[in-house]
Amino acid sequence: MEFILQPWPWYVAGPAIAFVLFLMFYYGRAFGVSTNLETFCTIGGAGNFSDYFKTDWKARKWSLVFVLGIIIGGVISSQYLMSSNAIALNPETVKELAALGFANAGSDYLPAEIFSVANLGSLKGILILLVAGLCIGFGTRYAGGCTSGHAITGLSNLQLPSLVAVIGFFAGGLLMVWFLFPLLF
Amino acid sequence: MKHLKFLIIGIIFGIILSKSEVVSWYRIYEMFKFQSFHMYGVIGSAVAIGIVLMQLFKRGIIKDFQGNKITVKPKKKGFIRTFVGGSIFGLGWALAGACPGPIFVLIGHGAVSILVVLLGAILGAFIFGLLHKKLPS
Repeated sequence: MEFILQPWPWYVAGPAIAFVLFLMFYYGRAFGVSTNLETFCTIGGAGNFSDYFKTDWKARKWSLVFVLGIIIGGVISSQYLMSSNAIALNPETVKELAALGFANAGSDYLPAEIFSVANLGSLKGILILLVAGLCIGFGTRYAGGCTSGHAITGLSNLQLPSLVAVIGFFAGGLLMVWFLFPLLF
Repeated sequence: MKHLKFLIIGIIFGIILSKSEVVSWYRIYEMFKFQSFHMYGVIGSAVAIGIVLMQLFKRGIIKDFQGNKITVKPKKKGFIRTFVGGSIFGLGWALAGACPGPIFVLIGHGAVSILVVLLGAILGAFIFGLLHKKLPS
């Protein structure tokens, strides 16, 4: 039990994610999360605006159930499986973040500077979250997959499009963290 | 329930992403700053094992639960689509510190603000659907 409550190292997490990949294919489905964003649009009536969304969402119920499971997995972890929310960060990272205005980096999973409920009261606070979401939704659908679909499944399957997508993930991520963060925070 | 197995696989995935701290905004920042091996180790070892799994699927050594050959759909080609789409996703991944899987995990953690990210992501997918015919591939 002690092991479960501690943070899991990469060499446990990586193989465990590969096991999830195996289970999905064993049960006849692809491993991916971001297609569900389109399914939500279809359920919400987006088919009235674009034929792109005129799909049979019921055929993707299994994936919605998978997502429901992910949420429940989050509930179980946060309620029962975490003895602490602290993240053991590189001290260099903590120092850097402090200079950017992020106090107590690593004391919780998420920085209050971005995710506190109080931030939802400010325009900048809301915009940061909303724009991040817009980029995630638009980008994954344009690229045809996210971390699970491209980085894990696609790279495992030696797909060139996935390698290009992952290089793109890093191009965008590096641009954000190295150049845009100092302007935003 | 017909899809119970996918519920259970989802729960396992949610627990792995929580316990390995992959859902932490800080872990993503650290990764893009090259200040920790953690995320590279997680993704790298998953892919290393995944490559072996895919080969076993293709050679028919591992079959699905009904005994059929497992096929893996190739990804859509197109440099602009994957590179530009991927870069736009990367901007959001770094800013929110979460990709689609972790967004749902964090909802389970009770992080209210992540709902705004999810709303944005759904809107983003909607905008893509409206524009998809006009975008270069």
